[in-house]
Amino acid sequence: MSHSEIKKPEDIQIPPSSFLAKLPMLGGILAVAGLGATLAAAFGAHKARAMFSYLWAFETVLAIALGGLGWLLIDHTVRAGWGVVVRRFVETTAATLPVFALLWLPIGFLGFHELYPWSHETDPILLKKTWFLSPGFWYARSFLYLAVWGALGWFLYSTSVKGDTLTDEAARERTVHLVRKVCAAGIFLYGVTLSFGAIDWLMSLQPHWYSTIFGVYYFTAGILAFFAFVTLMSMAAQASGVLKTAITTEHFHDLGKFMFGYTIFWAYIAFSQFVLIWYANIPEETEFFMVRMEGGWQYISLGLPIAHFFVPFLFMLSRQIKRNNSLLAAAAVWTLVMHCVDIYWLVMPNYGAHGGGEHAPHLAPSYLDFTALLGMFGVFLAVYGVLLNRNKVVPINDPRLAESLAHENY
Amino acid sequence: MSAPRLWGVLAQYENPYTITRACEQVRDAGYSEWDACVPFPVHGLDRAMGLKPSKLPWIVLAVGIAGSSFALFFEAWAMGTAYPMVVGGKPLFSLPAFVPVWYEMTVLSSCVTAFLANWILNGLPRPHHPAFASKAFERVTDDKFFIMVEASDPKFDLEKTKALLTFAGATLVEELEP
Repeated sequence: MSHSEIKKPEDIQIPPSSFLAKLPMLGGILAVAGLGATLAAAFGAHKARAMFSYLWAFETVLAIALGGLGWLLIDHTVRAGWGVVVRRFVETTAATLPVFALLWLPIGFLGFHELYPWSHETDPILLKKTWFLSPGFWYARSFLYLAVWGALGWFLYSTSVKGDTLTDEAARERTVHLVRKVCAAGIFLYGVTLSFGAIDWLMSLQPHWYSTIFGVYYFTAGILAFFAFVTLMSMAAQASGVLKTAITTEHFHDLGKFMFGYTIFWAYIAFSQFVLIWYANIPEETEFFMVRMEGGWQYISLGLPIAHFFVPFLFMLSRQIKRNNSLLAAAAVWTLVMHCVDIYWLVMPNYGAHGGGEHAPHLAPSYLDFTALLGMFGVFLAVYGVLLNRNKVVPINDPRLAESLAHENY
Repeated sequence: MSAPRLWGVLAQYENPYTITRACEQVRDAGYSEWDACVPFPVHGLDRAMGLKPSKLPWIVLAVGIAGSSFALFFEAWAMGTAYPMVVGGKPLFSLPAFVPVWYEMTVLSSCVTAFLANWILNGLPRPHHPAFASKAFERVTDDKFFIMVEASDPKFDLEKTKALLTFAGATLVEELEP
């Protein structure tokens, strides 16, 4: 195709009366109400329960932001051009990461004792892990993860935003090369910090148990939910009157392909974790699935492969589905809901478990779960909305914008 | 001397843009027995040629489901009935243990089918083609773009077809013998 036909999009400022312009306010209301109720309970009689709900909500939403960061790192490193029209939505997702450092504070300084049994219990197995699972080292690591994510996310966002006003062609080219180099190094940092973050904040809820694939599991859950989120955000943007012709079926088709691919990858990783533990049948490892096979949790354990894999897999298999906006939106909403259930299944069975989980806590949803989740999404969407409304919704000066506008599948 | 038999007409184009426009004109003229050859994938060429969606996905889906079912039933039959054997204290029908083979057989049958059906649908292998006689056609793997219209096409008329291809921007038009 000749590039002379391609026009830069002009509908790149969010109209003040649109849905996206109201996002900061909507998110703010959810945030204040949801987190207010949760933290009120955390300072009252239901402290442990509220903190577990809070941790669940935190990890659920953090995974989405980290998924966005992962996409950006890979995208810049491989010099991908197709997704430039939706990249500002991704950059804004990653730019919320510094806020998660604040949101983490209740976990580190309010619920630490309630959440992590290794902080106050000990036995022969835990004694051998003391060098790693000690509060000092754990806090140091936690600060490092939050700093790395926040710095990477904010760097990629702010560099891209600065490019919107950069008129000098050579300066733009330099920025692209600089960002690519940072991202190549960032992939390494991201992989290590995300894996250890998942180990420290989620796996250590059940400190006897260990799984070497756990970091990948959390990454997969996150990037899958992220693709669902960015698909919905791109559609919301078009409904709000921006990028109406710039984002085409071809881009949605590709986002759908990623969502489909990571659905398979999630099942692959989840099953890889399960089958080795099931086959080897060693008590320290089977404990994780033991507590999740009783007390009501078995319905979620057996339901996840069906509802989080077989249903979306078969649904998204056809090309026609991925190229139909309403059906793709349905798949994205479904995927996001299943992501929440998935992380719930990781976190909640540890609530009320003592001494390494000999007795299984029952599946008992509480209103605190909903307040925490709504509050966390509220904070996320409010920050997201504020950052998105401040800028153009597309990196208008990006050298690969033309390639993205002309993007076609085969 | 008898006149040489005619297989079709070969037209050369210089870039992806002109061949896309040329294909649209050949399509709109109502030809059916024709093809385009390009050195790399040209986006939108399938639409310009008016090609229908491929049957390949349906073939892959059908054989994939068959291969997938066969694998699961075979495992259940072999481990449960034909040669019952207890492994690691697990039940005879242990679904988790069957999943890796089940999964791999699904992938294997789908991939092999996609590969073979692709060859069959494209009429491969094909050791000879009339276009190979053309010296110009050698550059189809380098930097030139070609359309060939077969003489068997009901709309084919040597002079009119040549005129159409030339008018569409061909830099070279040749007649091909079988």
